[in-house]
Amino acid sequence: MHVPDGFFTASVSVAAGVVAAAGVGVALRNARQELDDRAAPMAGLVAAFIFAVQMLNFPVAAGTSGHLLGGALAAILVGPYTAVLCMAVVLLVQGFFFADGGLTALGVNITLMGIVTAAVAWGVFRLIVRAAPGNRAAVVAGSFVAALVSVPASALTFAALFAVGGTAPIDAGAVAAAMGGVHVLIGIGEGLITAVTVSSVLAVRPDLVYGARGLAKPLVLRTADGEREVAPQPVSQPAPEGRPFRPFLVGAGVVTLLLAGVVSFFASGDPDGLERVAEDKGFLGQAGEHQFGGFALADYGDVGGIPVGVAGVIGVLITLAVGVGVAYLARRRRAKAVA
Amino acid sequence: MGAGHHHQLYRPGDTPVHRLPPQCKLLAVVAFAIVVVATPRERFWAFGAYAVLLAGVAVVARVPPGFVIRRMVVELPFLLFVFAIPVIGLGERVEVLGLELSREGLWASWNILAKATLGVVASILLAATTEPRAMILGAQRLRVPQLLVQIAMFMVRYLDVIMDETRRMRVARESRGFRARDLRQAPILAKSAGALFIRSYERGERVHLAMLSRGYTGTMPVISDMSAGVRQWLTAGALPLAAAAVAVLTTLLAHLPGLGLT
Repeated sequence: MHVPDGFFTASVSVAAGVVAAAGVGVALRNARQELDDRAAPMAGLVAAFIFAVQMLNFPVAAGTSGHLLGGALAAILVGPYTAVLCMAVVLLVQGFFFADGGLTALGVNITLMGIVTAAVAWGVFRLIVRAAPGNRAAVVAGSFVAALVSVPASALTFAALFAVGGTAPIDAGAVAAAMGGVHVLIGIGEGLITAVTVSSVLAVRPDLVYGARGLAKPLVLRTADGEREVAPQPVSQPAPEGRPFRPFLVGAGVVTLLLAGVVSFFASGDPDGLERVAEDKGFLGQAGEHQFGGFALADYGDVGGIPVGVAGVIGVLITLAVGVGVAYLARRRRAKAVA
Repeated sequence: MGAGHHHQLYRPGDTPVHRLPPQCKLLAVVAFAIVVVATPRERFWAFGAYAVLLAGVAVVARVPPGFVIRRMVVELPFLLFVFAIPVIGLGERVEVLGLELSREGLWASWNILAKATLGVVASILLAATTEPRAMILGAQRLRVPQLLVQIAMFMVRYLDVIMDETRRMRVARESRGFRARDLRQAPILAKSAGALFIRSYERGERVHLAMLSRGYTGTMPVISDMSAGVRQWLTAGALPLAAAAVAVLTTLLAHLPGLGLT
């Protein structure tokens, strides 16, 4: 799954990098609420755990084996923000220490495997758990469905990025179908392992499962005379409000759109190899009714007649939508914590 | 992904590359990767020159070629995809060795192959010459958010502990006759993962308490002086600067009429 260098166009890489940075920024601000002062050591440990779990290979079908992505598992065990941080650190360590995944594709990798998996899994998980509150089976079922959905969601985001700014001339629909199909299968394995893992942690230390905090029963004290007293629940303090985040977000968005829309003008100012050959051979004119139409957005969008830069902006908007989703969740959660 | 991860790539040594401050090397490799990715794919000479530059770094750092090649297996999954692109790619067909291949697909394969390979080799050279701990301190000097640096630091320190725990659990499973044959065995692996999480988390809590009682305040003390001088920045910058020079040069040559270098 680790995307190497050169797989996506520059504008998509930059846009995904900005989304990843914004997502990690939001997670940095909120992770302390999930893990209080132990944030760094425990998140580091969970990151190492995810790294180890990714090496548990399980056979999918004859001859092929898959391994956990871990985004859904981390989100349910330690909370979505910590999960994003852990996945980001895992991917950074894999990129810099193990040469796995391109350094210029880090933004893409963190967006796909960290932010999308954790955000989608957490959203699905919350939906299911809210439908049946206080139910342990719902937590396990929710883990299964959340992990199952998170893997194809990540694969489809990959396909969407590919349609906007992939460097390979493959029909975007075919990529989406192939990626989606294979990853539904992998998702079943991911869902199964995630659900059983969560259920086995629930059986031993239910207090460690972030997604099952509502399940804890109040502590009942029984005295020798048979009196029963329900101990008060510890009240968690909401974290103090930080600096406003909105100016930063708006600024980052404007810079990204400028980069994608304007810089890609310069990036593709001179015709690249195919276009040059196309001009020389004089078949650029037929490109319109050629199969090129299927990937009009690919290759900076200047083959299918779409203005240069527009493709970059579309890429930014799609990737930004993911980031905005994360930010929206963050805001709602904080609003609830204050209320 | 795969089994290769457990072995750190770092090769101890005392070469000019090893001695460079980590923050310089980090920035240099990232800048080099950006230059490589930004180079238009039809500039064949530029990619050759980049490969020569990397080979030069490998010679100075005394990293044997076999070491780099063995580590390049991380690229394999994507290589399979790269070889499929010309076959399933769209667009005009050309005949190569009796096969009908997509012209645009061949260009795309070359593009990904060249850039991904150069990127992987640059990362391998960075990891081979920089101690993981030093790399994180370098990131800290580059003003990477404190919390991320701390998480990465803890992760690197816990990694071997947890990998050993995983290995012991695997030995225990296998000595009881366990073999993962198909998806039906997945629940056993999942229970192992659950046990691993609880063991790791409890260990983490104990270690954290021990650290607090020894005066940990949320940041690790930096003992060694890691500042980099102008000369060290220039030494590290030689790689990306040379690469940028190659990129500019080949672009100029491509635009000069009469020189058919492209």
